[in-house]
Amino acid sequence: MSSFNYEKDPQGIVTLTMDMAGPVNTINAEYQAAMQESIDRLEHEPALTGVILASAKKVFVAGADLNALVCATAEQSTEIYQNIVALKRDLRRLEKLPVPVVAAINGAALGGGYELCLACNYRIALNEPEVRIGFPEVALGLFPASGGVVRLTHLLGVEKALEIILGSQQMGPSNALARGLVDHLVASKATLIASAKEWIFTHQSDADAAVQPWDRKGRRIPGGSIHAPRNAQYAAVAPAMLHKKTRGLMPNAVAAMDIAFQASILDVDTALRIESRAAVKIVTSAVAKNMITAFFFQLNMIKSGASRPAQVKQTSVRKLGVIGAGMMGQGIAYVAAAAGVDVVLKDKTQDAADAGKAHAEKLVAKQLAKGKLDTADADAILASIVATTEDEHLVGCDLIIEAVFENIALKNSLVATTEHCLAADGFWSSNTSTLPITQLAEASVNPERFIGIHFFSPVDKMPLVEIIAGEKTSDEALSKAFDFARQIGKIPIVVNDSLGFFTSRTFSSYLDEGAQLLVEGVHPIRIENLGKATGMPLGPLQVQDETSLELSRKISETWAAMGVADQWGSGETQRRVVKDMITDNGRGGRHHGGGFYEYFEDGTKTIWSGLYDLYFDPKVVLPDKDISDRLMFRQVIETLKCYQSGVLRSVADANIGSIMGIGAPAHTGGFIQFVNTYGFEAFIMRCDELMHLYGDRFSCPDIVRQRAASGELFT
Amino acid sequence: MSQTAYIYDAIRTPRSKGKQDGSLHEVKPIELGAGLLRALKQRHDLDTAYVDDVLMGCVSPVSEQGSDVAKMIVQKAGWDESVAGVQLNRFCASGLEAVNMGAQKIASGWEQLVVAGGVESMSRVPMGSDGGAWSGDAAFAVETSVVPQGIGADTIATLDGFSREDVDAYALESQRRASHARDSGYFDGSVVPVVDINGFEILRRDDFIKPQSTLEGLAALRASFESMGGMGFDDLVLKKYNFLDRIHHVHTPGNSSGIVDGASAVLIGSKQAGRDLGLKARGRVVAGAILASDPIIMLTAPGPSARKCLKTAGLSIKDIDLWEINEAFAAVALRYMRDLALDHAVTNVNGGAIALGHPLGATGAMLVSTMLDELERRDLYRGMLSLCVGGGMGISCIIERA
Repeated sequence: MSSFNYEKDPQGIVTLTMDMAGPVNTINAEYQAAMQESIDRLEHEPALTGVILASAKKVFVAGADLNALVCATAEQSTEIYQNIVALKRDLRRLEKLPVPVVAAINGAALGGGYELCLACNYRIALNEPEVRIGFPEVALGLFPASGGVVRLTHLLGVEKALEIILGSQQMGPSNALARGLVDHLVASKATLIASAKEWIFTHQSDADAAVQPWDRKGRRIPGGSIHAPRNAQYAAVAPAMLHKKTRGLMPNAVAAMDIAFQASILDVDTALRIESRAAVKIVTSAVAKNMITAFFFQLNMIKSGASRPAQVKQTSVRKLGVIGAGMMGQGIAYVAAAAGVDVVLKDKTQDAADAGKAHAEKLVAKQLAKGKLDTADADAILASIVATTEDEHLVGCDLIIEAVFENIALKNSLVATTEHCLAADGFWSSNTSTLPITQLAEASVNPERFIGIHFFSPVDKMPLVEIIAGEKTSDEALSKAFDFARQIGKIPIVVNDSLGFFTSRTFSSYLDEGAQLLVEGVHPIRIENLGKATGMPLGPLQVQDETSLELSRKISETWAAMGVADQWGSGETQRRVVKDMITDNGRGGRHHGGGFYEYFEDGTKTIWSGLYDLYFDPKVVLPDKDISDRLMFRQVIETLKCYQSGVLRSVADANIGSIMGIGAPAHTGGFIQFVNTYGFEAFIMRCDELMHLYGDRFSCPDIVRQRAASGELFT
Repeated sequence: MSQTAYIYDAIRTPRSKGKQDGSLHEVKPIELGAGLLRALKQRHDLDTAYVDDVLMGCVSPVSEQGSDVAKMIVQKAGWDESVAGVQLNRFCASGLEAVNMGAQKIASGWEQLVVAGGVESMSRVPMGSDGGAWSGDAAFAVETSVVPQGIGADTIATLDGFSREDVDAYALESQRRASHARDSGYFDGSVVPVVDINGFEILRRDDFIKPQSTLEGLAALRASFESMGGMGFDDLVLKKYNFLDRIHHVHTPGNSSGIVDGASAVLIGSKQAGRDLGLKARGRVVAGAILASDPIIMLTAPGPSARKCLKTAGLSIKDIDLWEINEAFAAVALRYMRDLALDHAVTNVNGGAIALGHPLGATGAMLVSTMLDELERRDLYRGMLSLCVGGGMGISCIIERA
């Protein structure tokens, strides 16, 4: 049986209903065979009056098979090229049929699915939320290569097409209609095919109905070619803007823009060929592998609960207690309330508690103003936050999270005074980013119900939470924390207790290497620019200014008092910098009146000139590559150590956690995926070089050598 | 066979604002050039059949300036049908490149008499009309960090520490010198008025100069490239110049070269040509040089090209009496003087393109007349001409009086 049902009605319209073997229609070998066979038949079908492409599944077509794409290697280039040419040849044959071809879009038509729609003469979509239209490819290191860039450029014009493609935009049906991605909407599934047939009937005498706009004589692309005077400004500026946005680290995005520009001055067949050639290069690139791995496979793995104990049943939090209404506490209270959780926000004074709730009021007001919330929902969110100083309000909480200062005694006392308020099967959590959970749990009468839930600032924007299991934390508590994170829309990674957990520990290595480069005499602006050039959101000195040198000082003092200073390597340089900056010069960071940078009232900033006197040595000449590699490799090596010592439980957690929590460059696919595509041997060699030049902290973790020997990738 | 390339004459049109309200907007580009050829014929009672070739620089060689504009100009001027014409494009160096190539033709002995110059009606064929990979080739733009030249000029200012005050002060002095020179008639010997089909005068003298400029007025102008820089071009520069934390945008319309219309023509020939036609040589082309440096900043090569030119000529800086550096942007002239340790007193003594304007393809050959006139007026001997050029190229030429 073919994967496509071929049905011809008495009026001569063939409805081709895609119904592949799996749960969705996917563009793979089965699809290609069915498509080719169907088009062969259509080309010879007597008395044909029209064709409708439909789906028997919930989705229209789910796009390309990423399992196959992620394995594509440069050695297979010829085969990949031939395959994409064959796929596109059929799309071309489809749109060149002498009768109108209509896409009846009943569900998601993303990526390759929408490319199929673009090869139809007319696109009708069901006006329901499950219909999603667009091109997610660029965010996965790819670009729409089955005619997507070329046809969308011809359909909408260069600028509008690239806005969708480079933005990896997906949209609902009404938006798709407004922006010209579909031509017509129908209200019900029942009328979808009828509507398609009606369009075919009413256009039997319209010669253009069976001819794609780009195949019509004399037809011009909306907005004209890229060399048209009205495009001059866009043509000149767009590449620079793209570079600024991607730091030049996304070859797929550049390829998409280059193809769109060329498509605007070339015939479709030539442009499609250029698109295919670029596709081979991009599909086999490291960036594509990295981004597909992290943002498709591993993110989905995490979302589907791979790092959650499977045997524990799903739970949810109805009532949450948050102790400490500072920046973190107020953020947690807001995101929980916004997800429909009743929240008790407690602080020492009513003013402090109210100030914490005011944060939620501000964010809600913003959402209201943007029309993202209606008044009733806004009121409900605010009504669900009780700001108080009284412990009694905490009674019956399913979960209490403390978000007070990083002080063990204070945290211990809160556990002692409020733990009894928890509901019968409630659990207790600390939002600490630096203190060991196992040690904090000692204050609890139920250490198995004690867990770390580390949020990131600003809580409403940062998608990640790091869940930390202490030595005695039970699977139940772990599952509950995981479910809570999902309940409030966060992406949870799960790590085992260890000083600095995963994110803080790895993040510190970036700051520490920045400090190392600084005291060695490297130009501070080069450190910053080369940090950013790797794709990190900010340079290491700026990050340290934002989080504050003062905080680094406090943490290192706390760790020293706990007897765990220098557990992950010498902190000597950091201590020297802290002494120079804070003790000698009173520069504790941005919120302490300035740090490595000076900040001006107009919002600008510049490197504090004292840094040059303190450290800069013009005789120190380090290659750019060494500086950026040092900043990257420190973090990668720290992540690998966390993985090999069991702090990290999975590669997916390592990659997603590093991207969403630390700002690991997206094109690397995360700090462990980085090693997969860098190549084990090359990575070991580079570690050895850096170690000989700059110190033992670049020594390659054993796990890489083991993987190099076995050839097994980190998955 | 090697012979001396003599300069028998060097003329130009006046320069005027290269916009719709400019005095020369009504004049076709071929007419700007043809007027000069007719003037050469008239000034020397020239037997045009003797001329081997006419080389014309043109930076936007499309539309009215397309299809080998030099040959069109030859025909429009009514010169003998045996005279050839070639349009060439080395961006802003085109006019001087025509002079250098023209001199090479003579020096090689292959030809005896040529005209070298340039034409650019920026009001009728706007800058950038010819497209190219600088605009519209996304891959090239990102791979090679294509940025507007003004951002390159701002980068020079940032690297060299030229402040907004420095570049504005330079611009004001250019205006002062140019207006003094024009008003004193220093340009009159070489500027050929542009006339209409009746012979009515359209423009006699340069009218782009702004003698009323003040430091306050210049300081009030907005930096031209700040917003473009912020869109992403600054980042493309900082990728290479990663020890800079930002680009200081100091260039404005007031301290950058003006967009103008104009044409130029230099009559270059062998000794024999002079003898045959009874021409009196005014000068000689001693040597020329071209090279390239950083293509991102684009504007740093004039100094190095001048040094290369000196080396070719076997001369040194002290052998040069006067210097002309095209004022594409104030920072380019400041960098040139710093690179070669020149005194402003002997550099651009009659102002430059900031005041007079820069008709892209014509400017280089205009410098020949400006320099030759001034060497004669001051009774000096030798001058250096240099321009910064797109793509990071730099061009120079040494001329001396005959």
